[in-house]
Amino acid sequence: MPSDRRVIDILREDLNLTGTKEGCGAGECGGCTILVDGESRLSCLMLAAQLEGRSVTTIEGIASEDRLHPLQEAFVEHGAVQCGFCIPGMVLSAVDLLQRNPNPTRMEIRQGLSGNLCRCTGYQKIVDAVKAGALKIK
Amino acid sequence: MLVKSDIFKIGSAIPRADALSKVTGQEKYAADYYSPNFVWAAVKRAGVPHARLKSIAVEAARKLPGVLSVLTHKDLPGSNRQGIIFKDQPVLVDAKIRHCGDAIVLVLAEDKPTLNKALHLINFDYEPLPAIFDPEKALEERAPLVHENNPDGNLLQHISVKVGDVKEAFLECTTIIEGSFEVPFQEHAYLETEAGWAYLAEDGRLVIVASTQTPFRDRFEIASALGLNIDKIRVIAPYLGGAFGGKDGLTVQSLLALAALNSQGRPVKMWWDREESFLAGVKRLPARMYYRLGAKADGTLHALDCRLYFDTGPYAHLSSEIMALAMEHAGGPYRIPHTSIKGWCAYTNNPPGGPFRGFGVPQVTAAMEQMIDMLAAKLKMDPLEIRRQNAVRQGDRNCVGVTLVNSTGALDCLETLAAHPLWQERKKWKESAGPFKLRGVGLTCMAHGSGYGPVIPDEANAKIELTDEGKLRIFCGVSDMGQGNASTCLQIAGDILGQDADSMELILPDTDRSLPSGSASASRCTYTYGNALIRAAQAFKQRLFERASTLLMIPTSDDLSLIPGGIRHLPSGKEVPLSQLAQLMDPSERTCTHYYRAPVAQEKLELHSSSKVFGLPHILFSYAAHLTYLEVDELTGEIEIKTYLSVSDCGRVINPQIYEQQIQGGIAQGLGYALSEDFIVEEGKGLTPDLSTYIIPTTLDVPEMVSIPVEIDEPTGPFGLKGIGEISINGPLPAVANALADACGIRVSRSPFTPERVLSAMKEKAPHEVKP
Repeated sequence: MPSDRRVIDILREDLNLTGTKEGCGAGECGGCTILVDGESRLSCLMLAAQLEGRSVTTIEGIASEDRLHPLQEAFVEHGAVQCGFCIPGMVLSAVDLLQRNPNPTRMEIRQGLSGNLCRCTGYQKIVDAVKAGALKIK
Repeated sequence: MLVKSDIFKIGSAIPRADALSKVTGQEKYAADYYSPNFVWAAVKRAGVPHARLKSIAVEAARKLPGVLSVLTHKDLPGSNRQGIIFKDQPVLVDAKIRHCGDAIVLVLAEDKPTLNKALHLINFDYEPLPAIFDPEKALEERAPLVHENNPDGNLLQHISVKVGDVKEAFLECTTIIEGSFEVPFQEHAYLETEAGWAYLAEDGRLVIVASTQTPFRDRFEIASALGLNIDKIRVIAPYLGGAFGGKDGLTVQSLLALAALNSQGRPVKMWWDREESFLAGVKRLPARMYYRLGAKADGTLHALDCRLYFDTGPYAHLSSEIMALAMEHAGGPYRIPHTSIKGWCAYTNNPPGGPFRGFGVPQVTAAMEQMIDMLAAKLKMDPLEIRRQNAVRQGDRNCVGVTLVNSTGALDCLETLAAHPLWQERKKWKESAGPFKLRGVGLTCMAHGSGYGPVIPDEANAKIELTDEGKLRIFCGVSDMGQGNASTCLQIAGDILGQDADSMELILPDTDRSLPSGSASASRCTYTYGNALIRAAQAFKQRLFERASTLLMIPTSDDLSLIPGGIRHLPSGKEVPLSQLAQLMDPSERTCTHYYRAPVAQEKLELHSSSKVFGLPHILFSYAAHLTYLEVDELTGEIEIKTYLSVSDCGRVINPQIYEQQIQGGIAQGLGYALSEDFIVEEGKGLTPDLSTYIIPTTLDVPEMVSIPVEIDEPTGPFGLKGIGEISINGPLPAVANALADACGIRVSRSPFTPERVLSAMKEKAPHEVKP
């Protein structure tokens, strides 16, 4: 494939993994967030060549065979999902945040997720969910 | 394992049914369709606000390898005109360009790079025309005409409503306040931009999967625009990635239909990128509002005169209806015996106006709620007190003279707010501001009328099926754009039919399978469809009991109860599985439908208008009172909202979690409208064309919110509820404006209240105060 093919297009079009969403194509909204070697990255700004030798985790990959990721459970339970389009990126950003800061305050959660836009929720239940998810992970 | 709710009881905060598939990335939106042989479609847009189209050069694009088709208006069957009430918008421009986003040429190509190259290779020759960008100026005599054949010039609609004698009444007022307010465009900025997928099925029918609030109405618009037989068109609406009114009507659908007819049998995908969404999508109508409000010495409101100017841009869309709803709310939730409310909606060459959550009510609430505070200040009255004194009760008339016959909880909202610690402790909070910070609190009270009004029927057709496996298939007839109405359908059906998540299935709107049920708009989704669904579920329950009593050989259905997957005879304990019951029922008996039409106002309004008015008056209103805690930085003019309280009367609450979702989301959008969403247009061109220049709230811009329901039963509503989708977006702008005035005595007449505007206003007020 061309080395300058966008990672988001590889995921969605070539690998049929449409869980990763495109909201702006310019790195502004966070909707395309994936984990590369465990760290959050914006797939709309990444090119194929940048994936060489790296592992990629998308939203489809964080649940285990018989169980959702604790953050996914928390998002469902706490009403953090409305239209849902921002959610895959939001969840992966939250995964990254909790890896770096396993016990964040509400303000630290807000700071950690400030690169993920949501137009539906007003963010409050998303913060609730991440707080609850952090407890579940412990 | 994931917590699953087994009992769908009305009133319980059960997690939404769609949350699981969305949180795992499994749910497919209209933007998520691909196939091995699909084709991309996109349009070349005008880029100039007003021009006569002379010729189009497409040959270079057509010759490009990988381009399947390049289509212009010449390739369009049908009328080439779309629109909801007035069909005034070309699918592809034939004669005249009326705004920068007008579509000129449709291109189909194998891949995105080829598509973009082809679009670049297209040129068109045009004669620029003098353009008009101001709604008031557009109504002047020599203004350039946007639609030359419109007998009213640039006027789309003028409505004038009078109650009592406002001229006399002002003479009786001891205090009169005047104010003028200007509110800008607002961009929906849904995360999923306009998207769709279309193909010609084997039977020759056109199938369109679109992110749309209006799958049923879309068929009519597409058929008329492209000269197709409506029966040949199927529209499917999956979950939308947000809409808020911006997908009410055609966005990609007619272009996709045209593309699918020219794609040599291959499926077509159209997905507007963010810049195209900004350029071509409809926006909240900007407005200029001139208010004059008079009161008696004791604070009783006595006279209101307002003139409202709305800018619809190039096309009518639903702007006349937006203005009508605005006018009905122009006086707020107050008793005002004498009013004169006049509105003008004008065509310009600005970006296209259209529905956006609130539908005209945020604009007028921004004005009226500031006027109330200004009046209170002049009368040295408490802002809560003056609202309490004048708030409407059931049986009063609203500002256009219509009697409020249904539940009216304005006063209950104010009283609940008054008792809340946030109101009680506001003075203490204000006094503890830090250095260079000023603190204020702002109050607003609002109403929001739901439904379509008296002309267009606000109706729904609910449908339930018992599958041969014994599952209850619930058809959600109204698009779910994130508001959770699909999940609520399951909750309603589950409650009445005693089923759980495992024994029910949900079908999203599909014009081949669900029945016409109107648009996802006007805060009507759960009210109207819910009322139809309740009746369908109750009728179906009866039928199932009758069949079960036959099967169980018992004389009556009195002692029967529905349980997940079956029916139980309580005295004997005998059970029959629904799957068995299904086998014994004729397929025609296994479907139950029910029609519901929402009641309309019986009173006729005294009004004058330049053309037919739809959507005025309404009969069902939700109410709310909001309070905000604001801190402004004296050095930078930056506003921070510390806390936001909303108290809402939306009838009974079916699901507290969904209730809060709606209220919180609306507040966040309202705060963006108030503080950061500065949509700048110059000479018809958008200067904030993407999310880096048009700033919507992030996690750091929305405070912790408290949302309290005041549950007054609304007897006409399903389980006593009223609409909730829009009301909360009406409060934040005036709440912030009132809080700012409370903090530092300034009002900024033009929103949003950016730091620059706030700082300028502060300097204007106190030019001699030297700040570093």
